[in-house]
Amino acid sequence: MEYHVGHPAEIAEGGRRVVSCDGVEIGVFRIGGALKAWHNVCPHRQGPVCQGRVYPRVTEPLQADGTTRTLAYDETRMQVACPWHGWEFDLATGASQGSRMKLRPARLRVTEEAVYVVL
Amino acid sequence: MDQTVSRRAEALKVQEIDVFTDTRDQLAHARAGAEARGLQDWLVCDVDAHHVETVSWAELCEYIEDPVIRHQALLYQQEKTGAPPYGLNGDLGLKYQDVGGRIPHQAGVREKVDDTSVHRDVTLTRRAMESLGVDYMVLFPTPMLTLGLHPQPEMEVYLGRAYNRWLIDRVLKADDRIKTLAYLPFNVPEEAERTVEEFAGQPGIIGFCVPSVRHKPVHHNDYMRTYAMLQERGLPIAFHAAYHWQDPSLATVNRFLGMHALGFVWCNMVHMTNWVLNGIPERFPGLKSIWVESGLAWIPFLMQRLDDQYLMRPSEAPHLTRRPSEYMRQNCWYTTQPMETSNMEALELTLKMINAETQLLFASDWPHFDFDLPQEIVDLPFLSETAKRNILGLNAARLFGLDPAVRKWR
Ligand code: FES
Repeated sequence: MEYHVGHPAEIAEGGRRVVSCDGVEIGVFRIGGALKAWHNVCPHRQGPVCQGRVYPRVTEPLQADGTTRTLAYDETRMQVACPWHGWEFDLATGASQGSRMKLRPARLRVTEEAVYVVL
Repeated sequence: MDQTVSRRAEALKVQEIDVFTDTRDQLAHARAGAEARGLQDWLVCDVDAHHVETVSWAELCEYIEDPVIRHQALLYQQEKTGAPPYGLNGDLGLKYQDVGGRIPHQAGVREKVDDTSVHRDVTLTRRAMESLGVDYMVLFPTPMLTLGLHPQPEMEVYLGRAYNRWLIDRVLKADDRIKTLAYLPFNVPEEAERTVEEFAGQPGIIGFCVPSVRHKPVHHNDYMRTYAMLQERGLPIAFHAAYHWQDPSLATVNRFLGMHALGFVWCNMVHMTNWVLNGIPERFPGLKSIWVESGLAWIPFLMQRLDDQYLMRPSEAPHLTRRPSEYMRQNCWYTTQPMETSNMEALELTLKMINAETQLLFASDWPHFDFDLPQEIVDLPFLSETAKRNILGLNAARLFGLDPAVRKWR
């Protein structure tokens, strides 16, 4: 079954649309130009992960002598933080920072006019 | 011909959860999970959940007994700018629990509440109960949990009593499914006794709570009358953990993660060590102690450590007729949260070692960042259904004398 989410232009870079497809919740995100879809069920404890805030991954750059000075954001790796307990997942790969558990991907069909979730 | 049928995907009402999102929307998956597991037929007592009492601080200050302090507090609340709530010590701006906004429910529960017939905290607590599938919820304060370190011991008396009176009046009387363990001003032992006298039997009071961050030894002779009074009344005493970064032993820890991981356990490890080695369970065998919000992984460590050391130095613990771990297993109760689940074998052994079937009490700690759901207990692969039902609600019902009839979603 295909579920019509909207026009592709309605989801801007860094934006999202979280939808229910007859009860199956899917988050559609635009990351680095591409659309990505994930099930809105956190692998930790089934929290509404796709309704979390999106942050660039935090890094702590090391200087040549092994010391650190500031924290930094890596804008090339955007992560969604699950609003229940804060687990963070890479929106491009679904990988979690610190666990082997991943977000479950959903299939999309994207035309010039429309974005569909395919279940 | 193959034709793909397309239907409309419905946009969710909440696209991004923030501090204004209704608890029921934030926890919609919890409610669905509870229903899917059939929790409508299970008694669930949540022995540790929180509200933020400082949101109502001006109201609460009206309940301060001392007229001079009350006047001072009310004027402070009305007029002072740029200051934390009257009389509170604690961690001021070091409140990083929400991980820079990643976990909004920990930063604030600022959702809309229209019902003015009851206090806002009653509505928020009801929403959480309904969403988690809880029948009874035991509420604790939040910033007040560090009052045991206040430089003025009498402040714990003023504010602790005001809190107890305010909570009963404004929250507990409104809904008999909401309970509390009344605040014991432990730094002033005679006032702790007075508190037991005054509040035992009042609406919603099912025991007493000592916030664990404090430097007074729990085995001091000054406390024996309080313990005797609680034992006589059959009311439990809870040691509710917290963190405080001013603890010199944590002075080198720079990440909140590390300080929180250690701080919430350390205070109860110290009290438990003193509690057992000084033979409090021998002196008051009927006194039920509950160890709240330190998780569970510390207990097997401390049991083994104390047992080994005790056997080498029994002359230093002359009251003991059993090994420390036996008191910890037979005389003490524990709340589950935050239940460490990254090693299921370790968890299984822990539950065995503490005799979880009778001693363990479910707690959510909602709305804090490390809250647990009842489904964590239901889904444990190594427990019998009887054990799960005991942990989720029946142990608490027995311990606190609560009616075990299921009341949720009626
Ligand atoms: S359910 Fe997502 S972090 Fe726990």
